[in-house]
Amino acid sequence: MNYHILREIADSWVLLAMFIFFIGCVIWAFRPGSRQVHRDTANIPFRHEDKPANEIEPAEGAN
Amino acid sequence: MWDYLKLAILGLTALLAAIAANYARDLAYQVHAIIIMLVASGVFLWTLRQTEEPKPAAEQGYADGVIRAGVIATCFWGVTGFLVGTWIAFQLAFPALNFELFNGAGNFGRLRPLHTSAVIFAFGGNALIATSFYVVQRTSAARLWGGNLGWFVFWGYQLFIVLAATGYLLGATQSKEYAEPEWYVDLWLTVVWLAYLAVFMGTIIRRKEPHIYVANWFYLSFIVTVAMLHVVNNLSLPVSIFGSKSVQVFAGVQDAMTQWWYGHNAVGFFLTAGFLGMMYYFVPKQAERPVYSYKLSIIHFWALIFLYIWAGPHHLHYTALPDWAGTLGMVFSVILWMPSWGGMINGLMTLSGAWDKLRTDPVIRMMVISIGFYGMSTFEGPMMSIRAVNSLSHYTDWTIGHVHSGALGWNGMITFGALYFLVPKLWQRERLYSLALVNWHFWLATIGIILYAASMWVTGIMEGLMWREVDANGFLVNSFADTVAAKFPMYVVRALGGVMFLSGALVMCYNLWMTVRSQPAKATAMAPAE
Repeated sequence: MNYHILREIADSWVLLAMFIFFIGCVIWAFRPGSRQVHRDTANIPFRHEDKPANEIEPAEGAN
Repeated sequence: MWDYLKLAILGLTALLAAIAANYARDLAYQVHAIIIMLVASGVFLWTLRQTEEPKPAAEQGYADGVIRAGVIATCFWGVTGFLVGTWIAFQLAFPALNFELFNGAGNFGRLRPLHTSAVIFAFGGNALIATSFYVVQRTSAARLWGGNLGWFVFWGYQLFIVLAATGYLLGATQSKEYAEPEWYVDLWLTVVWLAYLAVFMGTIIRRKEPHIYVANWFYLSFIVTVAMLHVVNNLSLPVSIFGSKSVQVFAGVQDAMTQWWYGHNAVGFFLTAGFLGMMYYFVPKQAERPVYSYKLSIIHFWALIFLYIWAGPHHLHYTALPDWAGTLGMVFSVILWMPSWGGMINGLMTLSGAWDKLRTDPVIRMMVISIGFYGMSTFEGPMMSIRAVNSLSHYTDWTIGHVHSGALGWNGMITFGALYFLVPKLWQRERLYSLALVNWHFWLATIGIILYAASMWVTGIMEGLMWREVDANGFLVNSFADTVAAKFPMYVVRALGGVMFLSGALVMCYNLWMTVRSQPAKATAMAPAE
C-alpha cells in the first residue's frame, strides 16, 4: 500500500462514489413527497421554544 | 462512588502537576503546570464539599445555565480579542509600542497569535458552543444530554483558552498558524472536544422531533471535522515530557500541506459551517418565518461539505507544493463560490415578505449585513485563490483585509445578532434594554469594518505592485522598507477601524448588561400562551 495505489483508488472509485453520493443527496432532497416533510422540518424552530417536548403536555393539562 | 473517583483523579492531577512544575524545562511549561495544579486543587476542594451531600433532584426543562455562562464568556473574550487586535494594529503603525519593558512578551509576534486565537477560538468558539447548546435543545425538544458534561465542556474550554493564551505570551508555540498551542494543550482540547461531541450527539439522539433540523447538521459537521483536523494537524512528538517544545511528525511540504488543509478547513468548518448553523436558526427566529428554502439548505450543506475539504492548497501557490495540488485547491475554491452564495441567498430570502423588519429591527439588520459580508468574502476568497491573483495578493495585507471582512463582518455580526436574540430569552427579559444602542453598535461595527477592509485593499494591492515592480534593467525598484513606509497611513486608518469595532462591542456589552439588570422579568403566566 503506497502513495500511488492510494492515489489510483482516490482518482477512480472513491471519486465516483463521492460524486454519486452527492448527486444522490440532491436527488433525495427533490424526491416526491419531500415538500411536506421539508415544510414540517423548516418549522421546527417555532416549536418547543421554552420546554422540552415531554414536559409540555402536563403543563397544558394544568391550565 | 463517582465523587471518590473524581477526588482521586483530581488529587493525582494536582500532585503530578506540582511535580511537573518542579522539573519544568521552560517557563511556559512551568506556568502551565502551576495553573493546572491550582485548577485541579480548586476543583478537588469544590468536589470535596459536595461529596456525601444530598444531591439535588435532577433538573427539568432546558439546560440554560451553561448557555448563560457561554454568552458571558463570548462577550468577555470578544472584547479581549478585539482589544488585543486594536493594540497590535497600533503596534504595526507605531513600532515604539513594542515596549522593551515586557522583554518580548508584549511584542507583536507574541500578541498576534493571542489576538487570532482570542477572536477565533475564544470569542467564536464560545459563541459556537453556547449557541449550539441552545439550538440543539430547542430543535430536538430535549434537554442537553450528559448532565454536567456540558459544564465540563464549558470550563474545560476556558482552561484551554487560558493555557493557549499564556503559552503564547511566554513563547510556547509550535508555529502553525491558528494551531499554535503546544502538545499538552492540544491533548486537553481533544478531551474537551470529544466531550462536546458526546453532549451534542447525545442530545440529537434523544430528540423528540422526527427530523434533525438543518442547523444541527452544520453544527455537527463543525464539531466532527474540527476534531479530525485538530488531531491530524497536531501530530507531534514532545522533546521532553517536562517541556513545552514538540517536533512535528510530518516534515517539509507534507507538513505545510497538512497545516493548510487544517487552516483552510478551520475557516470552512469552524468559521463557516458552525456559524451557518447559527444563521439557519437565529435568522428564521428573528424574522419569525421559516428558512426560505429547506431544499436549498440541504444542497448548501452537502455541497459545502464536499467542496471545502479540498480548498486548502490555494494557500501554497508558488511553493514546493506540486502544481497539480495547487490547481486542485484553486478549482475547488472557485466552485465553492456557488454553494456559498446559495447559502447567502437562502439566508437573505428568509426575509422575503418581511423586508420591512430591516427598517424597524436593528437586530435583523445586523444579521442581514453579516450574511452580506458572508457573500462578499466568499466571493473575494475564490478570486484570491486563483493563481494569477494570488501572485499579487499573497503575503500582502489584502489577505489580512479578506480575513477580517469575513471574521468581523460575517462571524462577528452574526454572533452579535445571536447574542441580542439570546440574552432576553436566557434571562427571561421582555426585551432588550435599548434598540437605539443596537443601532449604534451596528453603525460603529459596519463603518469600522469598512475602514479596515478598504485600507487593507489599498495597502495590499499597493504593496503587491511595489514588490513586483522592476526597472528597465530588471532590478527591483523598491526595497521592503519602502513598502513599509508607504503603508503607514493605511495602518493608522485600519487601527481606527479597529477602535470603532471595539467601541461597538463595548456598547453591546453595556446594552446586554442593562438588559439583564434593569428590564422587567417576563411574566411567567405568558409562557403557556405561546
